[in-house]
Amino acid sequence: MPAVCFYFQVHQPIRLRRFSAFDIGKNSNYFDDDMNRFYMERAAKKCYLPTNKKLMELIDAHNGRFKVSFSLSGVFLEQLEMFCPDVLESFQRLVDTGNVEVFNETYYHSLAYLISKRDFVDQVRMHRKKIRSALGIRANVFRNTEAMYSNDIAKLVEELGYKAIIAEGLQHVLDWRSANYLYRAKGSGIPVFLRNFKMSDDIAFRFSTRDWEEWPLTADKFASWLSRADGQVVNLFMDYETFGEHQWAETGIFDFLHHLPSECLKHPNLSFMTISEALSTFSPVGDFDVPHLSSWADVHRDLSAWLENKMQVQAFEEVKRLESAINKRKNRHLLHTWRKLLTSDHFYYMCTKWFADGDVHKYFNYYDTPYDAFLNYMNILTDLKSRIQ
Amino acid sequence: MKILMFGWEFPPFNTGGLGTHCYGLTKALHGKDVDVTFVMPRFGKDFKHGFIKIIHAEEGKFVEIKSSLTPYIPSYDVKFISRNGDTDEPYGRDFLSDVNKYTELAARAVAREDCSVIHCHDWMTFPVGIKVKHEKKKPLVVTVHSTEFDRSPLSPNPWISHIEWKGMYEADRIITVSNYMKKRIMDKYNVPGGKITVIYNSVEADLYGGDRVDFGLDERVVLFLGRLTIQKGADYLLRAAKKVLEVEKDVRFIFVGTGHMLPELINLSIDLGISEHVIFTGYQESIAEYYRMADVYVMPSVSEPFGIVALEAMASGLPVIISKQSGCSEIMRHAMKVDFWDVDSMADKVLGVLSYGAMREEMSRNGLKEIKGINWGKTAEQTIGVYSSFGGA
Repeated sequence: MPAVCFYFQVHQPIRLRRFSAFDIGKNSNYFDDDMNRFYMERAAKKCYLPTNKKLMELIDAHNGRFKVSFSLSGVFLEQLEMFCPDVLESFQRLVDTGNVEVFNETYYHSLAYLISKRDFVDQVRMHRKKIRSALGIRANVFRNTEAMYSNDIAKLVEELGYKAIIAEGLQHVLDWRSANYLYRAKGSGIPVFLRNFKMSDDIAFRFSTRDWEEWPLTADKFASWLSRADGQVVNLFMDYETFGEHQWAETGIFDFLHHLPSECLKHPNLSFMTISEALSTFSPVGDFDVPHLSSWADVHRDLSAWLENKMQVQAFEEVKRLESAINKRKNRHLLHTWRKLLTSDHFYYMCTKWFADGDVHKYFNYYDTPYDAFLNYMNILTDLKSRIQ
Repeated sequence: MKILMFGWEFPPFNTGGLGTHCYGLTKALHGKDVDVTFVMPRFGKDFKHGFIKIIHAEEGKFVEIKSSLTPYIPSYDVKFISRNGDTDEPYGRDFLSDVNKYTELAARAVAREDCSVIHCHDWMTFPVGIKVKHEKKKPLVVTVHSTEFDRSPLSPNPWISHIEWKGMYEADRIITVSNYMKKRIMDKYNVPGGKITVIYNSVEADLYGGDRVDFGLDERVVLFLGRLTIQKGADYLLRAAKKVLEVEKDVRFIFVGTGHMLPELINLSIDLGISEHVIFTGYQESIAEYYRMADVYVMPSVSEPFGIVALEAMASGLPVIISKQSGCSEIMRHAMKVDFWDVDSMADKVLGVLSYGAMREEMSRNGLKEIKGINWGKTAEQTIGVYSSFGGA
């Protein structure tokens, strides 16, 4: 009797403006408000507004039997307030239905855990505050940037008072076991919800792939797969932009979403749950042991999308090196600026392995090449350095 | 399959991508059992084109026609090379009669050649291609490597552009070396897009690379390689050089090649106060070693139908910065791209490559990987696809 847990990740980085070597020392504005407004408004029109409206309809239509979870990054919420207050209101209305759970993450959707525990904890606290002020709720569940996960991260998250954590259903860790069960993080024991990557990616990546043998994916077909699934929970975790941006409206993704709840509820063994509900319904069945960092990105499920090539490593090492100097300055604006540079997307843009998972990288990269992304970032960092010293 | 091909240049030379293309294409076609008869004019000794016989004479059949044309010189620059010393009229009676003579002689030379397809490269061979097409009643393919609008942006010669138009009109199929070029001929000559096939150029990567050549000075080297004409945008690189040198002193800019802009460029480098950081080598026959002494290659072309030189630089392991107004930018993912007029951004990128070893290494490593997928075998296969599309071969 599997429960279906939808969780949507909602995030937009604060994009950097073009900053050339000749701007160093002359200009301290690193962020491109016009571009950020453009991306936010485009995503609002194509995804956030229509999908929120659809979810609202579905929750109403099914008398509360349809439920979903969200995680919204702090920098996303910040940009909503600036550029799209109507979208923020629609998220608030969704939360008010009581059928929508919201998680915590690092405020900056950042690689903070790799900077220091201290900065990670600070960013989590910032996010907690932001979620409370923007949506009026306190989160019980934590997800780290791009589902970056290890036993140590789970332990730290438990110490911060969270009741559960999100991770990728890592095949090499699970081995013969199914991701459709609740597990305990090795060491800390905090319950871990694992993404069913096969079924999540059927929607997120393959939905409109015409040479996929299951195309076209219909709601009744997907519901029948769900009803035949083993285990306690099927965790369908994906970027929210799947609806309308990654999969355009023309692909039929909204029709799919429209019909999915009713098709699922036709199967007596299926129900929708938020993560917290699933947590109180099921008990962990075993240990999930991840001694090394992993993520949900790409085929490798490691950190290589952000920190593999020499440019990514150098850029990250240099921004990391500024931590203590930034903290010594005790200047909130400088700290905020530095942390915005820790957002994972900046490193993603420098990724050079465009091949297997390539298209996803390319679609989201507003730079011509990863080299431009690196150079722009380094120029900004050079300027920031000169302002700190 | 038997192809009658009309061209006019073969490497090693540096007046355009056409010779390199004909060499790489015919060699690869030969490897795929396509029988090519290659017809080309023979240039006067003063143009140092005596190497033609060296090139794979055993692999194809070469028919040489005596002529004095050098079509990659902009039309307003022809007075520099005009055979009879009459410099008043860039394209005088002499020039016209040369093309006519080539057309006559070339057509006569192939009168008894059998073929399934006729294939011409650029405007100068279009008249003979059209003539032979009607005589033999065989399909005509023309490859457009550049147009008069690219070579002479300030004053395109209507006589040449008319030949270009006519060749494309008469052709059964047109090949362009990039989408950039496809759009240009659709725009300039009203050619319907459906008649055009884009087949990219390639590079013989094995000819490049090797140990670094020490320049003898403790300076980083920025390399330009090409004709010094408006089309190639060397002046934009000089202006970027000025900006680079404001930040980094130990940088040397080497311009390999010659052309009518040389005096102007020398003056510009003096006016900008950077002449001691700039070297103009003039025309060089052997270019591979220039790649090996450089730290970064820049191709600032104002209008570049393809730009094989950029592939050569990448095959040499150099980080490559190319203008967005180039055909090769469509297939070179691991080159940085810049608008030719955006001197600030060009300087920023040059500085970036010189400052950050991580970036240099990644560009070089990924570029070398990328270049492996670009080879004449692929170009030849796609060209055979065009030949086969007429059936009956």
